[in-house]
Amino acid sequence: MEGLSVLTAIVLVPVIGAAVVALIPRSREDVIKAVGLTAAVLVGVAAISLVFAFDANSSEYQFVSEASWIEEFGVSWLLGVDGISLFLVVLTGILFPIALIGTDPHRDVKAYTAWMLVLEAGCLGSFLALDLLLFFLFFELTLLPMYFIIGGWGYEKRVYASLKFFLFTLFGSAFMLVGMLALVFLSAKGSDPLTFDIRELAERGALAEDTARWVFLAFTMAFAVKVPLFPVHTWLPDAHTQAPTAGSVILAGVLLKLGTYGLVRFGLSLFPKAAVDLAPVLLTVAVIGIIYGAVCATMQKDLKRLVAYSSVAHLGFIVLGTFALTTQGLSGGVLQMVNHGLSTGALFLLVGMIYERRHTREIAELHGLQRSMPVMAVVFTVVMFSSIGLPGLNGFVGEFLILIGTFVTRRWWAVVGTAGVILAALYLLWAYQRVFHGTPEGDNAKLTDMTLRERAVMAPLLVLIVFLGIYPQPVLDRINPSVEKLVEHVEARGGYEQPAAAVNGAEGVREEHEKKKAEKEEAKKEETQRRLEEFKGAEDKAREKARSGE
Amino acid sequence: MSGLLVAQSGQPQGLPPLELPNVEYSAMAPHLILIGGALVLLVWVAMMRRRAPWVWAAFTVVVGLASLVASWLMWLEVDRNGPRSAVADSILVDGYSIFFMVLVSAIVVLAALMGEAYLRREDVRGPEFYVLMLLSASGAMFMASANDLVITFLGLEILSIALYVLAGLDNRRMESREAAIKYFVLGAFSSAVFLYGVALVYGATGSTNLGEITGYLQSTVTPSNGVLLAGVALLLVGFGFKVAAVPFHAWTPDVYQGAPSPVTGFMAAGAKAAGFAGLLRVFFSTFDTLKLDWQPIVWVLAVATLLVGSVLAIVQEDIKRVLAYSSISHAGFVLIGLQAANDKGLAGSLYYLLTYTFMVLGSFTVVTLVGRKGDARHDLNAYRGLSARRPALALAFTVLLLAQAGIPFTTGFLAKFYVISAAVEGRSYSLALIGMLSSVVAAFFYLRITVLMYMSTDEEQAEESRHETLAIPRSMAVVLAVSVAITVAFGLLPAPVIDFARDATTLL
Repeated sequence: MEGLSVLTAIVLVPVIGAAVVALIPRSREDVIKAVGLTAAVLVGVAAISLVFAFDANSSEYQFVSEASWIEEFGVSWLLGVDGISLFLVVLTGILFPIALIGTDPHRDVKAYTAWMLVLEAGCLGSFLALDLLLFFLFFELTLLPMYFIIGGWGYEKRVYASLKFFLFTLFGSAFMLVGMLALVFLSAKGSDPLTFDIRELAERGALAEDTARWVFLAFTMAFAVKVPLFPVHTWLPDAHTQAPTAGSVILAGVLLKLGTYGLVRFGLSLFPKAAVDLAPVLLTVAVIGIIYGAVCATMQKDLKRLVAYSSVAHLGFIVLGTFALTTQGLSGGVLQMVNHGLSTGALFLLVGMIYERRHTREIAELHGLQRSMPVMAVVFTVVMFSSIGLPGLNGFVGEFLILIGTFVTRRWWAVVGTAGVILAALYLLWAYQRVFHGTPEGDNAKLTDMTLRERAVMAPLLVLIVFLGIYPQPVLDRINPSVEKLVEHVEARGGYEQPAAAVNGAEGVREEHEKKKAEKEEAKKEETQRRLEEFKGAEDKAREKARSGE
Repeated sequence: MSGLLVAQSGQPQGLPPLELPNVEYSAMAPHLILIGGALVLLVWVAMMRRRAPWVWAAFTVVVGLASLVASWLMWLEVDRNGPRSAVADSILVDGYSIFFMVLVSAIVVLAALMGEAYLRREDVRGPEFYVLMLLSASGAMFMASANDLVITFLGLEILSIALYVLAGLDNRRMESREAAIKYFVLGAFSSAVFLYGVALVYGATGSTNLGEITGYLQSTVTPSNGVLLAGVALLLVGFGFKVAAVPFHAWTPDVYQGAPSPVTGFMAAGAKAAGFAGLLRVFFSTFDTLKLDWQPIVWVLAVATLLVGSVLAIVQEDIKRVLAYSSISHAGFVLIGLQAANDKGLAGSLYYLLTYTFMVLGSFTVVTLVGRKGDARHDLNAYRGLSARRPALALAFTVLLLAQAGIPFTTGFLAKFYVISAAVEGRSYSLALIGMLSSVVAAFFYLRITVLMYMSTDEEQAEESRHETLAIPRSMAVVLAVSVAITVAFGLLPAPVIDFARDATTLL
């Protein structure tokens, strides 16, 4: 079919899957599961194949698919992928099948599967949309399935948690919608028609400096709630703790990335000047989030809540890297979005597996699991180290790039942020110690180790965690061109220049040094020349004077 | 009489010859079809001995469809030849009026289907419901097509008087009678205020004809005209009552709660549309030149309406009161479109009214069903565990409620988007933001109902209610299917309806 691009298919396959699931009788649970999984796997395969078809040398949007949708407003069905969104799409494509296989809803499989597929479509649509309104629609659409998943399949306080989640996000979006419309209408000056195409809007850059700042803040409001940034993060621990395992995996793995992705894609490209001006504010908030999240995580008695707070801290790193406004920081941020999705998704799966066996998430209730579940302990260790950021695993690469990238422009923020890495080690290792070490007694001694299915579910995540830790280059190669282009855009429009060290590392510093040296020498030469001429001039004058005196 | 005769005979008596206007009946075809239908129904019932309620319902549906077709034919004609005025310039045949004719006809069809099952269940005999509804709907059409404030007033009265009776239709229920009296007293009061406004405007401009008033205002510079502004303000109050804008909303919760549920549905859809039809026409076209004067007032009205509607809905325990307050907050959104006072604002308001109509009719269908015999079970707890008993019904209600909350890919979102974008285009950023934030508050009570339907764990209650059957009559199922289908389908492919609303305003 002509016109049906692969991206449109990626977004529509889960929708079709959900529709098919809706038509299957409730009692045929096996068929429902099979259909749901097939749709999710299809999307996953398509997403992975995108990586290979993706042109790593191009910084442009690729596989663009466009169709007019609401002409009255210049809204179109516009999808495209670049280095920044590519791996988020892949992450979504991988995590959904894993969440579907790895967890059991226990009741009403039909509605559960349908909601999961709708959620997947919403996430993919948000990452792929290049039309502001389309992005907003998908962004909002993700709320609904998540609301029903938390509220329908969650734990004790699920209704409270789901409502809080929904209303917080909706509150943020309210600002974004108004900001978005202001941007679009103010950009439609003269002969320029109304458009929601972000490429065109970024190009026009029509807002006055002051207006742009307000609109940027409106967008940031929506994304800050989603990320979540301190102090609008309070929905997150509740939502994560009360959500069923798959809900937490997707929430942490994919949904939170909508916030950081939004900041990168819309915050930076549409409002470069405002982003440069307000970067210190966001960096500060990010650092507060890193420390605050880590401290809270240390205090938690509930294992799931601990992981939830660790997300607040990790997402703080991503925002830190984003608003460092350097190529390294941003690349690290984008990479870290994927890393966090993998490691925290895996952590939530593991906590879910423990809960399935022990029916508790209380750290105090769990003890000595290393003896009764050795394989689980190994897997948990690897995932935990990935989350801490141990060299050799994926978390290290992202955090390291972020911290370097931040250090060259914002030294002190980077210094405080680094403390977060140490705290991460503290709360995770301490939790591990309490849960896994020692001699198990009572129920803890009788636990069965991971089943084959659970191992199969964790295997791809572990492979990716190790692979990205050892050889992240192919991923960075695809991320970098787009990030470089974005930073150039910010530099051109924001009246800002990133230090050379942030572009080429040590070589950049040397180059800069040499450049400065050359400049100095040039200046010196000129100075000498000038003096020489001055001297000559004086000499001439004296000579003339002498002549006239004669 | 003798004077008339003298005048006709042309003898010099100092009286000019009376010119009877040329009545172009074709310009009022849909109105007349509805009125004719009502009269035929009355006569028919008086003549026939056999009483067959479903035949009356079917007849009403046919009348509604006929008027829909007539409206559509008029649309095509206007599309070809452009708008015109008729009956001595007192009726306008333009895209705007036809838009409302189409809308009102659709409301008649759906409300008749809704009413049929209700009347059968409640054992209310007689065709009054259909007759009054048809008459009321014709009043709504007159309000939309009026080009003269007197005609607007006539339309308002035809609409309202029939509604007063409809509200008290189920006179065995105390609440229904109470609602009728309340609605009547406050409605009559607001009509008087409206009429006073008409009088003042006439005093200031020398005409009640909208075209002539427009001409006067455009040609005359009025630095400060207290009488005119007072008249405009009173008109706004009169319309404000009809559309339930705060602070003229006090009747809404009580009347919505007390009136029979299908009547409430008709009221929420039809009366609101009619009130706005008059309001938007008068303010957008006639008093456009005064917009710097009325925009701030409408701003205040809109903000109050949005906030009061959405905040008070949260604390209600009765579904009909929740929907009443929610309808108030929706009126606030339409007022956002009015406040913007630009093309997008008008088109957005029309789009909002059109899409809201189907959401609210569908919602009240569910309310009627769950209310069961006696139309009394409207406590929110009646919805506890509905998804387990009637999954399809719960799903339909969820879609309609979430659409009202403004969830993407439904018409409800686009409606909000349309009026908010009009406000932003008109640089009313604060109003746009207040509107969006109030919709967040509103989302809370819509979600609260879905929580009850889907997430309530009260096993005992569920067990108890499992024994009761909740049959869905076919006519109600049709209404629900149509409302949900329109809400979702045009949310996904919005172009036809958006174009319809826009064309309606360009043909003004």
